[in-house]
Amino acid sequence: MTELVSGTGEPTAAGPVPAAPGAEPSVARVSQWTDIRHRFFANKLAVVGLVIIFLLVLVALFAPLLAPHDPLKQDLTQTLQSPGSAHWLGTDALGRDQLSRLIYGSRIAVIVGLASILVAVVIGVALGALAGYYGRWVDTVIMRVADVFFAFPLLIGAIVIILLMGRGVLPVVLSLAIFSWATFARLLRSQVLSVREMDYVHAAKALGAGQGRIIRKHILPNSLTSVLVYATSNVGIAIVAEASLSYLGVGVDPEVAEWGNMISAGRNFMGVKDFMWTYPSLAIVITALGFILLGNGLRDALDPKMR
Amino acid sequence: MGRYVVRRLGQLVIVVLGATMVLFACLFVLPGDPVGQIAGSDKARDPAVIEQLHKQYGLDKPLVVQYGTYVGKLVTGDLGTDYTQSRPVTEILGPKLENTAKLAVAAIVIDIVIGISVGVLAAMRRYSIWDVSATFITTLAIGVPSIVLGMIMQRVFVIELDWFPLIAGDSFEGIILPAFTLAIIDAALVAQLARSTMLEVLRADYVKTAVAKGLPRRTVLTRHIMRNSVIPVVTYLGISFGTLLGGAIITETIFNWNGIGLALIQAIQQNNNPIIVGVVTISVAVFVVLNLVVDLLYAALDPRIRLA
Amino acid sequence: MSRTPVTKHDEGDGMTSLEMAPTNAGADGAAPLLEVRDLHVEFAVRDSVTKAVNGVNYSVNAGETLAVLGESGSGKSVTAQAIMGILDSPPGRIAKGEIFFQGQDILRLPENERRKLRGAKMAMIFQDALSSLNPVLSVGFQLGEMFRAHQGMSRKDAKAKAIELMDRVRIPAAAQRVGDYPHQFSGGMRQRIMIAMALALEPDLIIADEPTTALDVTVQAQVMDLLAELQREYNMGLILITHDLGVVADVADKIAVMYAGRIVETAPVHELYKRPAHPYTKGLLESIPRLDHKGQELYAIKGLPPNLQAIPPGCAFNPRCTMAQDVCRTDVPPLVPVTELDGTELPGRHSACHFWKETIHG
Repeated sequence: MTELVSGTGEPTAAGPVPAAPGAEPSVARVSQWTDIRHRFFANKLAVVGLVIIFLLVLVALFAPLLAPHDPLKQDLTQTLQSPGSAHWLGTDALGRDQLSRLIYGSRIAVIVGLASILVAVVIGVALGALAGYYGRWVDTVIMRVADVFFAFPLLIGAIVIILLMGRGVLPVVLSLAIFSWATFARLLRSQVLSVREMDYVHAAKALGAGQGRIIRKHILPNSLTSVLVYATSNVGIAIVAEASLSYLGVGVDPEVAEWGNMISAGRNFMGVKDFMWTYPSLAIVITALGFILLGNGLRDALDPKMR
Repeated sequence: MGRYVVRRLGQLVIVVLGATMVLFACLFVLPGDPVGQIAGSDKARDPAVIEQLHKQYGLDKPLVVQYGTYVGKLVTGDLGTDYTQSRPVTEILGPKLENTAKLAVAAIVIDIVIGISVGVLAAMRRYSIWDVSATFITTLAIGVPSIVLGMIMQRVFVIELDWFPLIAGDSFEGIILPAFTLAIIDAALVAQLARSTMLEVLRADYVKTAVAKGLPRRTVLTRHIMRNSVIPVVTYLGISFGTLLGGAIITETIFNWNGIGLALIQAIQQNNNPIIVGVVTISVAVFVVLNLVVDLLYAALDPRIRLA
Repeated sequence: MSRTPVTKHDEGDGMTSLEMAPTNAGADGAAPLLEVRDLHVEFAVRDSVTKAVNGVNYSVNAGETLAVLGESGSGKSVTAQAIMGILDSPPGRIAKGEIFFQGQDILRLPENERRKLRGAKMAMIFQDALSSLNPVLSVGFQLGEMFRAHQGMSRKDAKAKAIELMDRVRIPAAAQRVGDYPHQFSGGMRQRIMIAMALALEPDLIIADEPTTALDVTVQAQVMDLLAELQREYNMGLILITHDLGVVADVADKIAVMYAGRIVETAPVHELYKRPAHPYTKGLLESIPRLDHKGQELYAIKGLPPNLQAIPPGCAFNPRCTMAQDVCRTDVPPLVPVTELDGTELPGRHSACHFWKETIHG
């Protein structure tokens, strides 16, 4: 909540509340989604966010085509070149092409951001749904475990896991996931608790639907909208956290083309070769903003009352 | 109320214990022998010395026993002995925690002053140029993470303008840049939160009642609007303060602020596990305690909240 | 004009002032307590203007109860808020009109003078006491605030006054409950607290906006009786805003029916029930469930209330009116006095219908 993009995404009083589930889910959902889409695309900033993220993903996908050089290839005759025609964004202390590193850096951002939150969502949704639906000791155990993981500040927790697993993309993904799932578990649990008492869930139960079916068909769809909102903003948080870890020297390996590494490398040349850290900084800020705008746009579109 | 606090304290202990267990499970299966660090870089170490050091730090015992010993000491406020200086961890971290606390307080003050005034101004002049620019700037600010903001701060205020020394220690001058770096995202979030809650309160029926009662404008504003708007903001600030106290790793690293966050990073470089465990334990404990305080505060501010 | 308000339950005995429309004096020539003249209120949001009130006239005397009847969006509450001076502004704006209260046009008063009237001389009771009371302040504090703000009373004295008031509206164990918060009271008790707050400084006029709508049926009667009793006791003017004809019958002296920001009919309460002079009023009366018509299908006025951003030309009610003719679609019907067929004037009766004669006599 302090150093990262916008907090842990813990649901608060001011956080988004999903649109009230319609009494007839299947019919209501169709028109509901149309409304949501209209509201989303009417929000210019949200569209800007979507475009930023779309471009980011494109750059990450086509990095080999876009990058003019090999991001890892050192050229000790060409170190610390200022931006120019040969190297548009200059070169670093080992003569590596900064633009290529920046382009390849988007891959790490996208992979870590999406993968860590995907894992966190899967764990959190599953455990949160179980806790909310079964209650009693299941609930107690799951939520106390969630409390434990929730109590770690994201970066500090992640560092602990990385100390165990060593540096690298996979450890970063897992460490961020391990300290992000608790938010989704809490969210899902509270959603399930409120949806569980809705009339149509009672009706489904009265008609003899099994518990698994009730969770899958009735409870999850209604909870997923708010999960989507939190997941979106948490992807931005995870990307910033990943860059921060690498900046601190506990993220991906230092030679990997990654934005936090680039900023860290540029730190020693501050005031002398500012291009080394300003471009990757800009990349992080734009990416973070993209996810914030998209997250806000989704929140407003899903629940217009919260504006 | 009393029972609630007792129960919460119980939960709190469980959470802290759980957290230290996670920590232990991670740290003490680490590759690399910390004793190597203590014994120095000499390759031809005396196995007897190493064994003796193992004994001294209890590293020869099974992990479970080590954990038990650690928890036993933790209860009495003892965080163990560090590897590099052989001093009690609490003694090393005490002054650092104080520095971190200074930074956290400074950041929270900035959050309150900037966040609340911007949020209130924006809400009172809704749709005005003030409101629009406040929304724009706060959204932008939230997108600038500490690693970037800290770099920009140093580049602009230290190198370009030379207003602050590069390494300021824990002087008053030195706290300004890290405090702002730490505060700006939260200040922006507080501003947005204050704005939205205030807009909600402004629309509330009871504000209309207050006006219909013929209360002076200022009374309506302070007693009925502000008083109600401030509750979620206070809650947010409390939780944020808990996180700040847990160590602002990035900001402390960038500005060389001698707090527990910096201590953590240094300890990692030195494989100094007792310090790592100490910092993490402190930050978890501070966070859960502050959470409890926030919940109590919330209940005190809003009589509708029943603690159960 | 007699100011004794004991005539409520006697049918149209002529003792109560029923003058409402454009005249500005009570029967004895004295100015009425409150008189609203040609009031227009509009709400400007972005580029659309919502005309919520379009030329309302009414008056209330001391000790008299005027019921203002209408659907939501008819402008009845907006008129009341304009009188109190608590319109949401912006976007709300009084475009035209005058509001005379105790002889002076309060719309011309500076805001600070206006504020001193609120609560002290005129007070308002809102529909939903739970949301209208501040949730984080005790009811005693909120009651005492009236005395502290208007009379500079000390906190301690104000608390004693608050207990007194709570006793006055028959809240049990007032001294013990004075420190309780709104959510700790039942709906009926909360509405009593709203009433107590309105009565605190013994104002001359009370505006009650749907005071019983949010309450259980059994509690509604108790609260209404209490309000009527206190009104009688303090000889206050009361404007009772409601959409419920049932609430009106027992307590009101006269009724003004509003539709699309206009008054469409005024009448002494029992005459209105017997012989409505506007098709809209007629429709409302026919849609009340009645025991003696058990088994019959309930009548409902067809269509929806008009969109205030696009009020139909002519009579605003014409798209829903069973009697509508061409003239209704072109000419706005003025509010005219209603007479018997032989031309005998019916005191206090007005209708804004081109076909009022057919409605009342046919």
